[in-house]
Amino acid sequence: MNVQAYLTPRTAEEALEQLGRYGGEARLIAGGTDLMIWLKRKKYTPRVLIDITGIDQFRRLEFTGESLVIGAALTHAEVALDGGIRSLVPVLAEACASVGSPQIRNIATVVGNVVSAQPAADAAVALVALGAGTEILSRDGRRTLPVEELYAGVGRSIIDSTREIVSRIVVKAPGPGSGSAFMRIAPRQALALPVINVAVVISTAGGLITGARIAIGPVADRPFRPEGAEKFLAGVPVGDPGAFAEAAGMAGRESSPRDSLLRGSADYRRHLVKVLVRRALEEAAGRVDACKEGMPQ
Amino acid sequence: MKTGQVLNFTLNGEQVEVLVDPAETLVNVIRKKLLLTGTKRGCEEGECGACTVLLDGKPVNSCLVPAMKAHGKAVVTIEGISASGELHPIQQAFIEAGAVQCGFCTPGVVLSAKSLLDRVTLPSEEEIKTELSGHLCRCTGYVQFVDAVRLAARKLGRFHDRSGGDGGAGRSVV
Repeated sequence: MNVQAYLTPRTAEEALEQLGRYGGEARLIAGGTDLMIWLKRKKYTPRVLIDITGIDQFRRLEFTGESLVIGAALTHAEVALDGGIRSLVPVLAEACASVGSPQIRNIATVVGNVVSAQPAADAAVALVALGAGTEILSRDGRRTLPVEELYAGVGRSIIDSTREIVSRIVVKAPGPGSGSAFMRIAPRQALALPVINVAVVISTAGGLITGARIAIGPVADRPFRPEGAEKFLAGVPVGDPGAFAEAAGMAGRESSPRDSLLRGSADYRRHLVKVLVRRALEEAAGRVDACKEGMPQ
Repeated sequence: MKTGQVLNFTLNGEQVEVLVDPAETLVNVIRKKLLLTGTKRGCEEGECGACTVLLDGKPVNSCLVPAMKAHGKAVVTIEGISASGELHPIQQAFIEAGAVQCGFCTPGVVLSAKSLLDRVTLPSEEEIKTELSGHLCRCTGYVQFVDAVRLAARKLGRFHDRSGGDGGAGRSVV
Protein backbone atom coordinates (compact mmCIF):
# COMPACT_ATOMS: atom_id res chain seq x y z
CA MET A 1 0.00 0.00 0.00
CA ASN A 2 1.25 3.46 -0.85
CA VAL A 3 1.94 6.11 1.71
CA GLN A 4 -1.23 8.17 1.90
CA ALA A 5 -0.17 11.17 3.96
CA TYR A 6 2.96 13.06 4.94
CA LEU A 7 2.45 14.81 8.25
CA THR A 8 4.59 17.58 9.73
CA PRO A 9 3.81 17.99 13.43
CA ARG A 10 5.07 21.12 15.20
CA THR A 11 5.43 19.59 18.66
CA ALA A 12 6.50 16.25 20.13
CA GLU A 13 3.04 15.87 21.68
CA GLU A 14 1.40 16.30 18.30
CA ALA A 15 3.75 13.71 16.78
CA LEU A 16 2.93 11.20 19.53
CA GLU A 17 -0.78 11.89 19.10
CA GLN A 18 -0.45 11.20 15.36
CA LEU A 19 1.49 7.97 15.97
CA GLY A 20 -1.28 6.90 18.34
CA ARG A 21 -4.04 7.81 15.93
CA TYR A 22 -2.66 5.56 13.19
CA GLY A 23 -1.99 2.66 15.57
CA GLY A 24 1.22 1.27 14.09
CA GLU A 25 0.48 2.26 10.49
CA ALA A 26 2.41 5.52 10.71
CA ARG A 27 6.20 5.68 10.84
CA LEU A 28 8.51 8.50 11.82
CA ILE A 29 10.80 10.05 9.26
CA ALA A 30 13.70 12.37 10.10
CA GLY A 31 16.34 12.85 7.40
CA GLY A 32 14.93 9.89 5.49
CA THR A 33 18.21 8.92 3.79
CA ASP A 34 17.83 5.33 5.00
CA LEU A 35 14.06 5.20 5.21
CA MET A 36 13.41 6.30 1.62
CA ILE A 37 15.49 3.36 0.39
CA TRP A 38 13.73 0.96 2.76
CA LEU A 39 10.34 2.17 1.55
CA LYS A 40 11.38 1.50 -2.02
CA ARG A 41 12.52 -2.00 -1.04
CA LYS A 42 9.28 -2.55 0.93
CA LYS A 43 11.15 -3.21 4.18
CA TYR A 44 8.43 -1.02 5.67
CA THR A 45 5.03 -0.21 4.21
CA PRO A 46 3.59 2.58 6.37
CA ARG A 47 0.35 4.31 5.45
CA VAL A 48 1.54 7.60 6.91
CA LEU A 49 4.93 9.29 7.33
CA ILE A 50 5.40 11.68 10.24
CA ASP A 51 8.29 14.08 9.66
CA ILE A 52 9.67 15.25 13.00
CA THR A 53 12.34 17.61 11.67
CA GLY A 54 10.06 20.66 11.89
CA ILE A 55 9.62 20.29 15.64
CA ASP A 56 11.39 23.27 17.24
CA GLN A 57 12.49 21.49 20.40
CA PHE A 58 14.18 18.81 18.27
CA ARG A 59 16.32 21.45 16.56
CA ARG A 60 18.22 22.30 19.74
CA LEU A 61 21.94 21.81 20.09
CA GLU A 62 23.04 23.05 23.47
CA PHE A 63 25.57 22.67 26.22
CA THR A 64 23.69 22.62 29.50
CA GLY A 65 26.01 22.45 32.46
CA GLU A 66 28.15 19.41 31.82
CA SER A 67 26.00 17.91 29.11
CA LEU A 68 25.71 18.33 25.39
CA VAL A 69 22.16 17.89 24.11
CA ILE A 70 21.59 16.99 20.45
CA GLY A 71 17.98 17.23 19.30
CA ALA A 72 16.45 14.61 17.03
CA ALA A 73 16.32 16.92 14.01
CA LEU A 74 20.01 17.87 13.97
CA THR A 75 22.00 16.73 10.98
CA HIS A 76 25.49 15.31 10.80
CA ALA A 77 26.63 18.52 9.09
CA GLU A 78 25.23 20.68 11.89
CA VAL A 79 26.98 18.61 14.55
CA ALA A 80 30.25 18.27 12.59
CA LEU A 81 30.48 22.03 12.08
CA ASP A 82 29.56 23.13 15.60
CA GLY A 83 32.52 24.92 17.17
CA GLY A 84 31.76 23.72 20.69
CA ILE A 85 31.51 20.08 19.65
CA ARG A 86 34.67 20.33 17.56
CA SER A 87 36.73 21.60 20.46
CA LEU A 88 35.14 19.69 23.36
CA VAL A 89 34.00 16.44 21.73
CA PRO A 90 36.22 16.07 18.63
CA VAL A 91 35.46 12.34 18.40
CA LEU A 92 31.83 13.16 17.60
CA ALA A 93 32.62 15.96 15.14
CA GLU A 94 35.07 13.69 13.29
CA ALA A 95 32.63 10.79 13.19
CA CYS A 96 29.79 12.97 11.92
CA ALA A 97 32.07 14.40 9.22
CA SER A 98 32.80 10.82 8.05
CA VAL A 99 29.22 9.79 7.36
CA GLY A 100 28.19 9.48 3.69
CA SER A 101 28.79 12.63 1.70
CA PRO A 102 28.05 16.35 2.13
CA GLN A 103 24.62 15.79 0.55
CA ILE A 104 23.84 13.00 3.02
CA ARG A 105 25.24 14.89 6.00
CA ASN A 106 23.12 17.93 5.14
CA ILE A 107 19.90 16.00 5.75
CA ALA A 108 20.60 12.75 7.63
CA THR A 109 20.19 13.13 11.39
CA VAL A 110 22.54 11.93 14.12
CA VAL A 111 19.63 10.35 15.99
CA GLY A 112 18.74 8.52 12.78
CA ASN A 113 22.30 7.18 12.63
CA VAL A 114 21.63 5.57 16.01
CA VAL A 115 18.10 4.32 15.31
CA SER A 116 19.13 2.73 11.98
CA ALA A 117 21.26 0.49 14.22
CA GLN A 118 24.04 -0.32 11.78
CA PRO A 119 27.07 -1.68 13.66
CA ALA A 120 29.52 0.61 11.85
CA ALA A 121 27.47 3.81 11.77
CA ASP A 122 30.22 6.37 12.40
CA ALA A 123 28.30 8.80 14.61
CA ALA A 124 26.75 5.98 16.64
CA VAL A 125 30.17 4.39 17.21
CA ALA A 126 31.43 7.71 18.59
CA LEU A 127 28.34 8.08 20.78
CA VAL A 128 28.88 4.61 22.24
CA ALA A 129 32.48 5.53 23.10
CA LEU A 130 31.16 8.70 24.74
CA GLY A 131 28.64 6.73 26.79
CA ALA A 132 25.88 8.92 25.38
CA GLY A 133 22.30 8.56 26.53
CA THR A 134 19.01 8.99 24.72
CA GLU A 135 15.62 10.32 25.70
CA ILE A 136 12.73 8.25 24.34
CA LEU A 137 9.18 9.55 24.20
CA SER A 138 6.03 7.49 23.79
CA ARG A 139 2.39 7.77 24.77
CA ASP A 140 3.38 5.92 27.94
CA GLY A 141 5.77 8.68 28.95
CA ARG A 142 9.46 9.39 28.83
CA ARG A 143 12.41 7.11 29.51
CA THR A 144 16.14 7.29 29.08
CA LEU A 145 18.52 4.62 27.82
CA PRO A 146 22.19 4.58 26.80
CA VAL A 147 22.80 4.54 23.04
CA GLU A 148 24.53 1.16 23.36
CA GLU A 149 21.38 -0.42 24.81
CA LEU A 150 19.23 0.48 21.79
CA TYR A 151 20.62 -2.32 19.61
CA ALA A 152 18.63 -5.49 18.94
CA GLY A 153 20.79 -6.79 16.08
CA VAL A 154 22.26 -5.67 12.77
CA GLY A 155 19.99 -2.93 11.45
CA ARG A 156 17.51 -3.58 14.24
CA SER A 157 16.87 -1.09 17.02
CA ILE A 158 14.72 -1.68 20.07
CA ILE A 159 13.12 1.64 19.13
CA ASP A 160 9.77 1.10 17.44
CA SER A 161 9.40 4.07 15.08
CA THR A 162 5.68 3.43 14.73
CA ARG A 163 5.22 4.09 18.44
CA GLU A 164 8.09 6.02 19.98
CA ILE A 165 10.48 8.89 19.32
CA VAL A 166 14.12 9.28 20.28
CA SER A 167 13.82 12.97 21.03
CA ARG A 168 17.43 13.71 21.85
CA ILE A 169 20.90 12.44 22.63
CA VAL A 170 22.63 13.56 25.80
CA VAL A 171 26.41 13.42 25.99
CA LYS A 172 28.19 14.10 29.22
CA ALA A 173 30.89 16.38 27.86
CA PRO A 174 34.33 14.98 28.68
CA GLY A 175 35.88 17.40 31.16
CA PRO A 176 39.40 18.85 31.46
CA GLY A 177 42.03 16.15 31.26
CA SER A 178 40.08 14.16 28.73
CA GLY A 179 40.78 13.45 25.10
CA SER A 180 38.97 11.75 22.26
CA ALA A 181 39.50 10.70 18.65
CA PHE A 182 37.79 8.90 15.80
CA MET A 183 39.54 6.91 13.06
CA ARG A 184 38.34 4.88 10.12
CA ILE A 185 39.72 2.94 7.19
CA ALA A 186 37.58 2.75 4.06
CA PRO A 187 38.20 1.94 0.40
CA ARG A 188 38.00 5.64 -0.42
CA GLN A 189 37.83 8.91 1.48
CA ALA A 190 34.14 9.58 0.94
CA LEU A 191 30.90 7.74 0.30
CA ALA A 192 32.39 4.49 1.51
CA LEU A 193 31.42 2.28 4.41
CA PRO A 194 34.24 1.68 6.87
CA VAL A 195 36.30 -1.50 6.77
CA ILE A 196 36.92 -0.70 10.44
CA ASN A 197 36.13 2.39 12.48
CA VAL A 198 37.21 3.19 16.01
CA ALA A 199 36.25 5.84 18.57
CA VAL A 200 38.23 6.42 21.74
CA VAL A 201 37.53 8.61 24.77
CA ILE A 202 40.01 8.81 27.65
CA SER A 203 39.89 10.63 30.96
CA THR A 204 43.10 11.44 32.79
CA ALA A 205 44.33 12.91 36.05
CA GLY A 206 47.90 13.62 37.13
CA GLY A 207 49.33 12.12 33.94
CA LEU A 208 47.50 8.80 34.35
CA ILE A 209 44.52 7.47 32.47
CA THR A 210 41.60 7.16 34.88
CA GLY A 211 39.11 5.74 32.41
CA ALA A 212 38.94 4.72 28.76
CA ARG A 213 36.06 3.83 26.49
CA ILE A 214 36.65 2.32 23.09
CA ALA A 215 34.02 1.53 20.47
CA ILE A 216 34.74 -0.42 17.29
CA GLY A 217 32.68 -1.19 14.20
CA PRO A 218 31.80 -3.37 12.39
CA VAL A 219 33.12 -6.34 14.35
CA ALA A 220 29.87 -7.42 16.02
CA ASP A 221 26.15 -6.91 15.51
CA ARG A 222 26.47 -3.51 17.20
CA PRO A 223 29.28 -1.07 18.08
CA PHE A 224 31.67 -3.23 20.09
CA ARG A 225 33.49 -2.27 23.29
CA PRO A 226 36.69 -4.24 24.09
CA GLU A 227 36.29 -4.24 27.83
CA GLY A 228 39.57 -5.96 28.55
CA ALA A 229 41.50 -3.24 26.73
CA GLU A 230 39.44 -0.53 28.46
CA LYS A 231 40.19 -2.00 31.92
CA PHE A 232 43.87 -2.44 31.08
CA LEU A 233 44.18 1.27 30.25
CA ALA A 234 43.03 2.46 33.68
CA GLY A 235 46.12 3.60 35.57
CA VAL A 236 48.37 3.64 32.51
CA PRO A 237 50.52 6.79 31.99
CA VAL A 238 49.08 9.09 29.31
CA GLY A 239 50.97 8.62 26.06
CA ASP A 240 52.83 5.45 27.10
CA PRO A 241 53.43 3.93 23.65
CA GLY A 242 54.06 0.41 24.98
CA ALA A 243 50.83 0.42 26.97
CA PHE A 244 48.84 1.80 24.05
CA ALA A 245 50.20 -0.93 21.77
CA GLU A 246 49.35 -3.54 24.41
CA ALA A 247 45.80 -2.21 24.78
CA ALA A 248 45.39 -2.09 20.99
CA GLY A 249 46.53 -5.72 20.77
CA MET A 250 43.98 -6.70 23.39
CA ALA A 251 41.24 -4.82 21.52
CA GLY A 252 42.18 -6.73 18.37
CA ARG A 253 42.00 -10.09 20.16
CA GLU A 254 38.65 -9.18 21.74
CA SER A 255 37.13 -8.19 18.39
CA SER A 256 35.67 -10.78 16.05
CA PRO A 257 35.43 -9.28 12.58
CA ARG A 258 34.13 -11.57 9.85
CA ASP A 259 35.65 -12.43 6.51
CA SER A 260 33.92 -10.11 4.08
CA LEU A 261 34.23 -9.86 0.32
CA LEU A 262 33.37 -6.20 0.69
CA ARG A 263 35.48 -5.33 3.70
CA GLY A 264 38.42 -7.73 3.65
CA SER A 265 39.49 -10.84 5.53
CA ALA A 266 38.95 -11.29 9.25
CA ASP A 267 42.71 -11.37 9.85
CA TYR A 268 43.31 -8.14 7.96
CA ARG A 269 40.43 -6.42 9.70
CA ARG A 270 41.62 -7.57 13.13
CA HIS A 271 45.01 -6.11 12.25
CA LEU A 272 43.26 -2.83 11.35
CA VAL A 273 41.53 -2.81 14.74
CA LYS A 274 44.94 -2.93 16.43
CA VAL A 275 46.35 -0.19 14.22
CA LEU A 276 43.36 2.12 14.55
CA VAL A 277 42.92 1.67 18.30
CA ARG A 278 46.59 2.49 18.86
CA ARG A 279 46.46 5.54 16.58
CA ALA A 280 43.22 6.75 18.14
CA LEU A 281 44.65 6.38 21.66
CA GLU A 282 47.74 8.35 20.64
CA GLU A 283 45.61 11.06 19.03
CA ALA A 284 43.30 11.27 22.05
CA ALA A 285 46.31 11.44 24.40
CA GLY A 286 47.77 14.28 22.34
CA ARG A 287 44.54 16.19 22.75
CA VAL A 288 44.71 15.85 26.53
CA ASP A 289 47.95 17.82 26.40
CA ALA A 290 46.33 20.41 24.16
CA CYS A 291 43.60 20.86 26.77
CA LYS A 292 46.08 21.14 29.61
CA GLU A 293 47.96 23.88 27.82
CA GLY A 294 44.78 25.86 27.67
CA MET A 295 41.84 26.29 25.41
CA PRO A 296 41.67 29.32 23.09
CA GLN A 297 41.85 32.46 25.20
CA MET B 1 -6.98 5.59 -6.62
CA LYS B 2 -3.89 7.59 -5.77
CA THR B 3 -3.81 10.00 -2.91
CA GLY B 4 -2.29 13.36 -3.56
CA GLN B 5 -0.93 15.96 -1.21
CA VAL B 6 -0.40 19.62 -2.01
CA LEU B 7 3.25 20.69 -2.09
CA ASN B 8 4.03 24.40 -2.06
CA PHE B 9 7.61 25.47 -2.50
CA THR B 10 9.89 27.89 -4.26
CA LEU B 11 11.55 26.32 -7.28
CA ASN B 12 14.28 28.38 -8.89
CA GLY B 13 12.80 31.54 -7.43
CA GLU B 14 9.22 30.89 -8.47
CA GLN B 15 6.40 29.81 -6.19
CA VAL B 16 5.15 26.38 -7.28
CA GLU B 17 2.10 24.40 -6.20
CA VAL B 18 1.86 20.78 -7.24
CA LEU B 19 -0.06 17.68 -6.20
CA VAL B 20 2.31 14.86 -5.28
CA ASP B 21 2.25 11.34 -3.88
CA PRO B 22 3.08 11.79 -0.21
CA ALA B 23 6.25 9.67 -0.33
CA GLU B 24 7.35 10.61 -3.85
CA THR B 25 10.98 11.66 -4.13
CA LEU B 26 11.93 15.22 -4.92
CA VAL B 27 13.82 14.18 -8.06
CA ASN B 28 10.75 12.51 -9.50
CA VAL B 29 8.55 15.52 -8.81
CA ILE B 30 11.11 17.86 -10.36
CA ARG B 31 11.60 15.71 -13.46
CA LYS B 32 8.23 14.09 -14.05
CA LYS B 33 5.76 16.64 -12.69
CA LEU B 34 7.63 19.87 -13.25
CA LEU B 35 9.51 18.67 -16.34
CA LEU B 36 12.88 20.05 -15.35
CA THR B 37 15.21 17.32 -16.56
CA GLY B 38 18.55 18.99 -15.79
CA THR B 39 18.50 17.12 -12.47
CA LYS B 40 19.66 13.59 -13.28
CA ARG B 41 18.52 10.29 -11.86
CA GLY B 42 21.58 8.14 -11.35
CA CYS B 43 21.91 5.44 -8.69
CA GLU B 44 18.72 6.48 -6.87
CA GLU B 45 20.20 5.58 -3.52
CA GLY B 46 22.35 8.53 -2.58
CA GLU B 47 25.66 7.17 -3.83
CA CYS B 48 26.37 9.11 -7.01
CA GLY B 49 25.26 12.72 -6.51
CA ALA B 50 23.81 13.13 -10.02
CA CYS B 51 20.45 14.20 -8.55
CA THR B 52 21.93 16.90 -6.31
CA VAL B 53 19.80 20.03 -5.85
CA LEU B 54 20.05 22.86 -3.35
CA LEU B 55 17.45 22.73 -0.57
CA ASP B 56 17.50 26.06 1.27
CA GLY B 57 20.98 26.55 -0.18
CA LYS B 58 22.39 23.19 0.89
CA PRO B 59 23.17 20.34 -1.51
CA VAL B 60 21.06 17.23 -0.96
CA ASN B 61 20.42 14.05 -2.95
CA SER B 62 16.96 14.65 -4.37
CA CYS B 63 16.55 10.88 -4.88
CA LEU B 64 16.51 10.41 -1.09
CA VAL B 65 14.43 13.43 -0.15
CA PRO B 66 10.67 13.09 -0.07
CA ALA B 67 9.29 15.98 -2.11
CA MET B 68 7.11 16.97 0.86
CA LYS B 69 10.30 17.91 2.73
CA ALA B 70 10.57 20.86 0.35
CA HIS B 71 7.19 22.21 1.51
CA GLY B 72 7.65 25.88 2.41
CA LYS B 73 11.31 25.76 1.39
CA ALA B 74 13.40 26.86 -1.57
CA VAL B 75 14.83 24.44 -4.11
CA VAL B 76 17.37 25.40 -6.76
CA THR B 77 18.09 23.09 -9.69
CA ILE B 78 20.65 23.57 -12.45
CA GLU B 79 17.98 25.39 -14.49
CA GLY B 80 17.74 28.00 -11.74
CA ILE B 81 21.29 29.25 -11.45
CA SER B 82 21.37 31.28 -14.63
CA ALA B 83 18.92 33.78 -16.01
CA SER B 84 17.72 34.31 -19.58
CA GLY B 85 19.82 31.63 -21.19
CA GLU B 86 23.16 33.03 -20.08
CA LEU B 87 25.65 30.74 -18.43
CA HIS B 88 26.44 31.24 -14.76
CA PRO B 89 30.16 32.01 -14.19
CA ILE B 90 30.53 28.56 -12.58
CA GLN B 91 29.13 26.89 -15.71
CA GLN B 92 31.44 29.00 -17.88
CA ALA B 93 34.38 27.97 -15.71
CA PHE B 94 33.47 24.28 -16.09
CA ILE B 95 33.52 24.66 -19.87
CA GLU B 96 36.81 26.56 -19.90
CA ALA B 97 38.50 24.09 -17.54
CA GLY B 98 37.38 21.10 -19.62
CA ALA B 99 35.40 19.80 -16.65
CA VAL B 100 32.46 18.55 -18.70
CA GLN B 101 32.77 15.24 -20.51
CA CYS B 102 29.62 13.14 -20.87
CA GLY B 103 27.83 15.73 -18.74
CA PHE B 104 25.63 13.43 -16.67
CA CYS B 105 27.17 14.34 -13.32
CA THR B 106 27.79 17.97 -14.23
CA PRO B 107 24.53 19.60 -13.04
CA GLY B 108 24.97 18.15 -9.56
CA VAL B 109 28.64 19.03 -9.38
CA VAL B 110 27.95 22.62 -10.47
CA LEU B 111 25.33 22.96 -7.72
CA SER B 112 27.69 21.63 -5.04
CA ALA B 113 30.32 24.05 -6.34
CA LYS B 114 27.79 26.88 -6.08
CA SER B 115 26.93 25.96 -2.52
CA LEU B 116 30.64 26.03 -1.62
CA LEU B 117 31.36 29.31 -3.43
CA ASP B 118 28.32 30.93 -1.81
CA ARG B 119 29.97 30.30 1.58
CA VAL B 120 33.70 30.45 0.83
CA THR B 121 35.15 33.06 -1.50
CA LEU B 122 38.43 31.32 -2.25
CA PRO B 123 38.20 27.69 -1.18
CA SER B 124 41.33 25.59 -0.73
CA GLU B 125 41.87 22.44 -2.77
CA GLU B 126 40.94 20.40 0.30
CA GLU B 127 37.67 22.31 0.76
CA ILE B 128 36.81 21.81 -2.90
CA LYS B 129 37.52 18.08 -2.74
CA THR B 130 35.47 17.68 0.43
CA GLU B 131 32.52 19.60 -0.99
CA LEU B 132 32.56 17.56 -4.20
CA SER B 133 33.16 14.24 -2.43
CA GLY B 134 29.53 13.19 -2.85
CA HIS B 135 29.75 13.11 -6.64
CA LEU B 136 30.83 10.26 -8.86
CA CYS B 137 32.12 11.11 -12.32
CA ARG B 138 32.52 7.93 -14.38
CA CYS B 139 34.45 9.89 -16.99
CA THR B 140 36.83 10.51 -14.02
CA GLY B 141 37.23 14.22 -14.63
CA TYR B 142 37.96 14.98 -11.00
CA VAL B 143 41.11 17.03 -11.49
CA GLN B 144 39.28 19.31 -13.91
CA PHE B 145 36.52 19.79 -11.31
CA VAL B 146 39.02 21.30 -8.90
CA ASP B 147 40.47 23.49 -11.66
CA ALA B 148 36.95 24.57 -12.64
CA VAL B 149 35.92 25.54 -9.10
CA ARG B 150 39.14 27.54 -8.66
CA LEU B 151 38.55 29.30 -11.96
CA ALA B 152 34.94 29.93 -10.97
CA ALA B 153 36.09 31.45 -7.69
CA ARG B 154 38.27 33.90 -9.60
CA LYS B 155 35.48 34.73 -12.03
CA LEU B 156 33.00 35.27 -9.20
CA GLY B 157 35.55 37.40 -7.36
CA ARG B 158 35.75 39.74 -10.34
CA PHE B 159 32.00 39.52 -10.74
CA HIS B 160 31.01 40.42 -7.20
CA ASP B 161 33.91 42.36 -5.85
CA ARG B 162 33.18 46.04 -5.55
CA SER B 163 36.01 46.83 -3.17
CA GLY B 164 38.89 46.40 -5.62
CA GLY B 165 40.69 43.58 -3.77
CA ASP B 166 40.18 40.00 -4.74
CA GLY B 167 38.01 39.14 -1.82
CA GLY B 168 40.30 37.08 0.36
CA ALA B 169 39.40 33.81 1.95
CA GLY B 170 35.86 33.52 3.18
CA ARG B 171 34.65 31.78 6.29
CA SER B 172 36.14 28.33 6.25
CA VAL B 173 33.63 25.52 6.57
CA VAL B 174 35.13 22.02 6.89
